[in-house]
Parts: sequence; C-alpha cells; structure tokens
Amino acid sequence: MISRYFPVIIMVLWAIFALIGPWMALSPDAVQLPKILNGPDMNALLGYDDLGRPIWDRLVMGARTSFVVAMWVTFISMTVGTFIGASSAYFGGWVDLFIVRVIDVFLAVPGILLAIAFAGIMGPGIENVVIALSIVGWVGFARLARAQVLALKHRDHVQAAISLGTPSFTIIRRHLLPLISAPLIVEATFSIAGVVIAEAGLSFLGLGVQPPDASWGSMIRDGTAYMLVAPHMVLPPGIAMVLIVLSVNLLGDRLRDILDVRSRPR
Amino acid sequence: MLNYLASRIISALFVVLGVSCLVFLLIHLVPGDPIEMMLGESARPADREALRAALGLDLPVLTQLGHYLTGLLSFDLGQSIHYRLPISELLAQRIPATAQLAVVSILVAVCIAIPLGAIAAVKKGTRWDHIAMSFSLFGVSIPNFWMGPLLIMVFSLWMGLLPVSGNEGLSSMILPAITLGTSMAAILARMVRSTLLEVLNEDYIRTARAKGLTEMQIIWRHGLRNAMLPVITLVGLQLGTLLGGAVITETIFSWPGVGQLTIEAIKRRDYPVVQACVLLISLSYVAVNVLTDIVYALIDPRIRLGDGE
Repeated sequence: MISRYFPVIIMVLWAIFALIGPWMALSPDAVQLPKILNGPDMNALLGYDDLGRPIWDRLVMGARTSFVVAMWVTFISMTVGTFIGASSAYFGGWVDLFIVRVIDVFLAVPGILLAIAFAGIMGPGIENVVIALSIVGWVGFARLARAQVLALKHRDHVQAAISLGTPSFTIIRRHLLPLISAPLIVEATFSIAGVVIAEAGLSFLGLGVQPPDASWGSMIRDGTAYMLVAPHMVLPPGIAMVLIVLSVNLLGDRLRDILDVRSRPR
Repeated sequence: MLNYLASRIISALFVVLGVSCLVFLLIHLVPGDPIEMMLGESARPADREALRAALGLDLPVLTQLGHYLTGLLSFDLGQSIHYRLPISELLAQRIPATAQLAVVSILVAVCIAIPLGAIAAVKKGTRWDHIAMSFSLFGVSIPNFWMGPLLIMVFSLWMGLLPVSGNEGLSSMILPAITLGTSMAAILARMVRSTLLEVLNEDYIRTARAKGLTEMQIIWRHGLRNAMLPVITLVGLQLGTLLGGAVITETIFSWPGVGQLTIEAIKRRDYPVVQACVLLISLSYVAVNVLTDIVYALIDPRIRLGDGE
C-alpha cells in the first residue's frame, strides 16, 4: 500500500540532511526582524519563525539534533543493555537475580517520565538528553538479550566452548551474540523511533537542546504560541517527525519479517 | 492460589522498594551540588546550609535513604521547597485531575480500538483492514506534543468548539483525552485485531455459526468477549506509557494534574516534589498491574494454574 521504498527514502534523506547539514549553505540563526512570522518566500521555502529565522534551515538543524541523539542513545543503550542482559543470563545465580530485579524496577517507571526527571535534574543540553534517554533505553535491550541467551546457553556449541575452556566473555561475544543479533537489531530500529519522539518531547518541555540550537520539539513548542497567525511554524517539524517515526516503524516491521523474529517483546 | 498471590505481592514490594531507591538516587546523581542547582550561585552560604539541613542532605547518604524510606512508610514525602507545604498535600490536590484524565483517555482509547480492531479482523485483508491498520500506524507515530497543539489549532482556534486549556467541565477534557488516548488506541487496535483473528478460528465460533447466530452476535457475544482478556492486560501494561504521556499532555493543556506539577517542579528546581511525582506515578502503575494480575487469578483459573512466567 505505502510504496516499498518510501520509508527507505525518508530515512536516507534524514541521514543525509543530518550529516551534511553543517556544510549546507544554511543560516538557521540569522534573525531577520522584518520577516518575523512571514510566510514562505524565495529565500525561505517554509517561511520564517517568531524571530524571523528561516524555518527550513532550522528544520535541517533539527534533523541533525534528532539524528545524532537517536544514533547515540540507541548505540549506548544497545551496547550496555546487551552486555548486561547477556551476562546476566549467562552467569545466572545471584547476578541474574539482582539484574532481573533492577530491570523490573526500571520497567515500573514510565520511560519518558524517568527521562524527564533525569534530564530535568541534570540540566538541559544535548549530552544530558543522551544520558537521560540511555538510562531509560538500556532496559529493553537487557531484557531481550537476557531472554535470548537464556534460551541459547544450553546449546551444544556453547557447552562445547565451555568444556574447551573458552573464557566466558569470549563465549558470549563469539558464540552467543551473533545468534541473538537479529531480534536486537529489530529492537534497535523501534528504539530509534522512540528516541526521536522522546528527544523532541524533552526539547518541547524545554529540557533538551538549548537555543539557538534547533530541535523539532522546541520548534513545535515555539510554534504553539503563534498557531493562529503562523501555522507554518508548527506544521513542518511535526510532519518531519511523523514521517521519520512512521518510516522507522515500517522498516522495523519489515526487518522483523526479513530476519524472521517471531514476536516483538514488549 | 495463595502462593501465587503471595509471590506476586512480594515481587511487587521489591519493585516498590527499588523504585523508591531509584527515585531517592535521582537527586544524588545531579552533577555537582543539588543545593547550588536549586538556589543558584549567588545564594548566601547561610541559606545554603539551612536548605541542606532542611532537606537532610548534610547527613550520610545511607542515613538519608533510611530517613527517606521510613518517611515513605508514613506517607511523609517531605516538604515542597517552593510551596512550603507538605508534598502529600500538594499531590492530594493534583491526583484527582490526573486520575480523571487517565480514565477518560483509556475510555477514549478503548472506544476507538475495539471497533477499529474488530473491523480489521472481520474484514481481514480488505481495504477496511488496511485503513484501520494505517490509522493504527499513524496513531503510534504521532507524538502527543504535536497532536495536542494541532487539535487545539483546529477545534479551539479555527472552529471555536472546545476550550484551549484548563479544567472546566467535560468539554475541556475532550482534547487532552484524545491527545493522550490516541497512541494507546493504536496499540490496542492491533491487539484487538490479532486476538480476535485467533478467537474467530475457535470451535465455539463455528458452533455459534451453526446455531444460526447473526455475524454481529457472534462477534460481539462470542468473539470480542473472549478476545478481551489480552486487551485488558495490555491496557494495564500501557498505563505506564499513558501516565508518562500525561506529563506532556497536561503541560500542553494546562491540566492541573500531577504531570503538570512534575514539570513545574522541575522548572522551579523543587526536587523533592519531582521525586514524589515520579514515585507516585510509578507506584500507581505498579499497583494497577498487581491488581489486574490478582483479579485475573481470581476469575480465571488458567492463569494461576498455568506455568505463568
């Protein structure tokens, strides 16, 4: 129904704008007072915001913010979560018992709420956003990796490696991680979608990146004050975000089918 | 049965203890001095020490944790720095609004999800199925902090039908509830569809058909009713996401609930209040899920006798 290539194209565009954005001839911080809240013209295809800055330029900068945060958070969460979850299942015993309790505790606190609290207390800034979202994000990967390793650790090849005296972490890295990577990759895809929304949410609340840096969340927040006179401020960042989240979700669904991961653990 | 209940409650108590410790740690994870963050650099040393003593931050960390936990046992959540009131009083004023919003949002979500999921399941593979599932996909992809302003723009500013914000009667609840309920509706609709598809393959559905019931009767009386259990479980599990989303939604609509209090407290650096809000929201989530589990165990023997997790 939705064209096959649509999500891929959107993702590639997102990555390109995020990566080459700083080298494009953009002036996201150029304040032009006569053009405050003006609609589109030849120099600014999406019009101007409440300080007379071109919205298109800020949109590209926002793409960079969300891309950088999404990649870092997903990378950190996946690495830390997989390591903790896989070790927990592999070693078992009281280590596992303890880690399962910790995971349960983290699952009991709504993710966005915990991120809001951490980001709020640590203070705004892109690094703190990454830290706050990673503190929330590792849990999903840990749970998934743990479940997968539990199911695999009694396989013959693992037992063979153990009896050969292979060090534990080598077994986890060489003999278990490759087998559990498919569901983790699918989880990572959905995690990107979640992080994009969460980062924008934090910035919407004023807890994310700080002015003059742009985030789609802060662009939406600024736009809400002028919705009646300048709807062009609030629409583009939201549309961009929905397109990306939608594409990531579609890609995740498709990856899950390709990699044959049966069900997505909640 | 008793064993099941006991183990469920004990593990919930562990979680409650863990969440309390996590929330306690929040304020200690601040890089640097939380007192300086709260008062700013220009504060007088005497004021700093006074606040430090008032918050008990001059004591060893473990002693502080002990005080904090014993305080919780007697519902003593400490004092708000900004309001100079006991936090429990502040929360008591805010809880009804959030509870109201959460319940109405869940109702909205269920009222959208059941027909949508049912149509998708019954008309599986047709255009109706595609439309319903596309809606569901959009529902999970639209962030509430964009949807809220859009709804305000269309229904309040352009059409003038509903109030922009505040809490004045039912009309002011419609937009926040739709904003908050949509993503839950989207997730539930998928669940309704997949469980209903399974249920419709069961023998008793064939029996119902053989008996000559109309399709509507079959779907409502035998299909949906049996498909409800996983859906209700999912409502419980999604409650956390919903309450987390309430923090943002309440801020958009100036809804005077716990979520708005959380954000205000963060902006005012009133950290004890932030701690209390996070704790309250998390504990209500845990409590609801324990309660649903217990109620199920009581009404459905398959759960308590099955191997469980």
